[in-house]
Amino acid sequence: MNEESIKQIAEVVARYGANQESLVEILSDLNAQFGYLTQETIVEVARRLNLPQSHVFSVATFYSMLNVGPTGKHVIKMCEDAPCHLRGGQEVWQALQDALGIKFGETTPDGQWTLQATSCLGLCAVGPVVVVDDEVIGHVTAERIPEILARYRDEPSGGAA
Amino acid sequence: MIRARVMISGDPVSMSLGADEIKLAIEAELAFYGLEDEVQVGFVGQLGRLDVLPAVVVYPEGTLYGPLRLEDVPHLVEEHLYKGRIAESLLAPPNVLSGVIARLPAREGLLRGQERVVLRRAGIIEPTDIEEYIAYDGYFALGKALSEMSPAEVLQTIKDSKLQGRGGAGFPTGLKWSFVAGQQADKKYIVCNADESEPGTFKDRLILEGDPHAVLEGMALAGYAVGADEGWIYVRGEYGLAKERLLTAIQQAEAMGLLGDNIMDSGFSFHIHLHSGAGAYVCGEETALLESLEGKRGIPRVRPPYPTVVGFRGQPTVINNVETLANVAPIILRSAAWFKSLGTERSPGTKVYTMLGDVNITGLIEVPMGITLREVIAAYGGGMRDDVPFKCAQTGGSAGSIIAPELLDVPMDYATMREHGASLGSGALLICNVNKCIVDIAYVVMRFFETESCGKCTPCRIGTLRMSELLNRLRHGQASLEDVSMLEEMAQAVAKTSFCGLGQGAPVSILTALRSFREEFEAHAQGSCPTGVCPMKTEPPEVIVRRGYL
Repeated sequence: MNEESIKQIAEVVARYGANQESLVEILSDLNAQFGYLTQETIVEVARRLNLPQSHVFSVATFYSMLNVGPTGKHVIKMCEDAPCHLRGGQEVWQALQDALGIKFGETTPDGQWTLQATSCLGLCAVGPVVVVDDEVIGHVTAERIPEILARYRDEPSGGAA
Repeated sequence: MIRARVMISGDPVSMSLGADEIKLAIEAELAFYGLEDEVQVGFVGQLGRLDVLPAVVVYPEGTLYGPLRLEDVPHLVEEHLYKGRIAESLLAPPNVLSGVIARLPAREGLLRGQERVVLRRAGIIEPTDIEEYIAYDGYFALGKALSEMSPAEVLQTIKDSKLQGRGGAGFPTGLKWSFVAGQQADKKYIVCNADESEPGTFKDRLILEGDPHAVLEGMALAGYAVGADEGWIYVRGEYGLAKERLLTAIQQAEAMGLLGDNIMDSGFSFHIHLHSGAGAYVCGEETALLESLEGKRGIPRVRPPYPTVVGFRGQPTVINNVETLANVAPIILRSAAWFKSLGTERSPGTKVYTMLGDVNITGLIEVPMGITLREVIAAYGGGMRDDVPFKCAQTGGSAGSIIAPELLDVPMDYATMREHGASLGSGALLICNVNKCIVDIAYVVMRFFETESCGKCTPCRIGTLRMSELLNRLRHGQASLEDVSMLEEMAQAVAKTSFCGLGQGAPVSILTALRSFREEFEAHAQGSCPTGVCPMKTEPPEVIVRRGYL
């Protein structure tokens, strides 16, 4: 682990305080900064918070917003719960999988795209909703998927900045 | 001098539709006409009209424009703010309900009180400015309580008001507070449950984004009543804007001495901290929330002891929903009797819902308790979309149920719904027309629970998976009539034997759907989907288990 990363971890831990109660928030921030939580990150956080590594790992794997494995350059999140489902969410869900050739929870072999299922984002009014990196796109239809993907294909990463 | 205020909808939906650019454009146009000193421009929280976003409200008239495009801005500014007449072509479609609760003339007398309670300020004030909150009676209730009332009197007022928890279960708030007030402890806590994750429910987010101080004031009043000096707000990780608004609100209130040490020189201190979740539906369950707050996996605890006895950090803790807390200050300020004049005898007050689905107008509404679903659809939803008849409504997530047409005229309050074997749920009303398939809905709901089960207890972990598998087979015409009976049996078993509210609530939608739409389930078992929604006669896709620990 490089010095820069250790410095970043130290900063985040200092922001919330080196105690167990801050663990979820510390991991959230680190996840946002690094894109995902590497084993080294988990070990370093455990050391600084004086917690068993197993505890930190168990928390990191529990929450859906935390990743313990690498994600693609662009992360596409979608909720396919009832409100969006009834407005054609399933077709969008299928179209995303077909267009990228992966299933939800997977990353394309070229490391460009990750599909993540998420719980309701509370944006059901404009559903179905797809979140690409941090951008919310509402009223998505299966037909719009190629155009939406093309928009990001050549762009630099937005999510893990 | 300020003669007009232009408020742009600043919720995430509007932001995604370019509300930022619209604000900049309005400011540029105002500068063009030299009106920048006369017209104030700002963002506002939820307006309650999701159909017209991004929207702009111009005060003092309260004219609502939307949905607005960037190219509409020059016309809007020229007409309304420069020439002083309404830009008719840009007006939002008429809706008589902005800012007030629908009057229902036919039932006048039964449903008295037309004012909003919880959403009184949302859509009117700039949520990032504490002075606007104060101008609308903000922190008056806290001032009144600290200067004129004893903690016991505050507690008694809330008890007398018969306020019930708005998170879904409807537990009497005053009673919950009295459990904590009666505990001898060095330290007590008030926790605000803002981990709203029920699909289709986002009322709490809109309250927090539109009027964050109302929740802070409610927490401080709760703290005063039960003898707690510290409050924690557990906000869902996905709610970035709500978190930001709360942080601003806490800082502003502390800077003015309305929160923090020795509030208004009364000797009472109350500090509020914010804690963000990281994506886990189960953390809305109060004991799982406490675990998460303490930096652990969000796995529910054994109850009893209840959190009112052993809660956060092992101390007596009040855990209330956002909407519940937003009701507290108005009750203290106005009186328990006033609150009881709203809603019904057994469930006073109002209820905030997010209405979605096959109605003409979707959005955030606040209605008196005891209103019927038929009235909600007619008065707020503008009727069913394209006049396709009503089939059912899903009241949102775990605590919710499928409401069949025979319940359209049942007053919606906690007790009455329970008597009819249904529940009010978390505040989502997903309205479905006859073109929707009940098995498909039940499957999607169950798939949600299958994903969100925390895995602690077997009935929920395995039961939700098996039920979702079975429903999926039913959708594909690969299940038998016996399977339908087995589904019912399984649903009852999971409801009775699960460890926490999540598992106990998971089968409610299936059980309520089976009660009213059993023949539709059976039709699927016999090989046909009456609505033609389901992918019948095809092999169900391989089940992807999204949990590693089965």
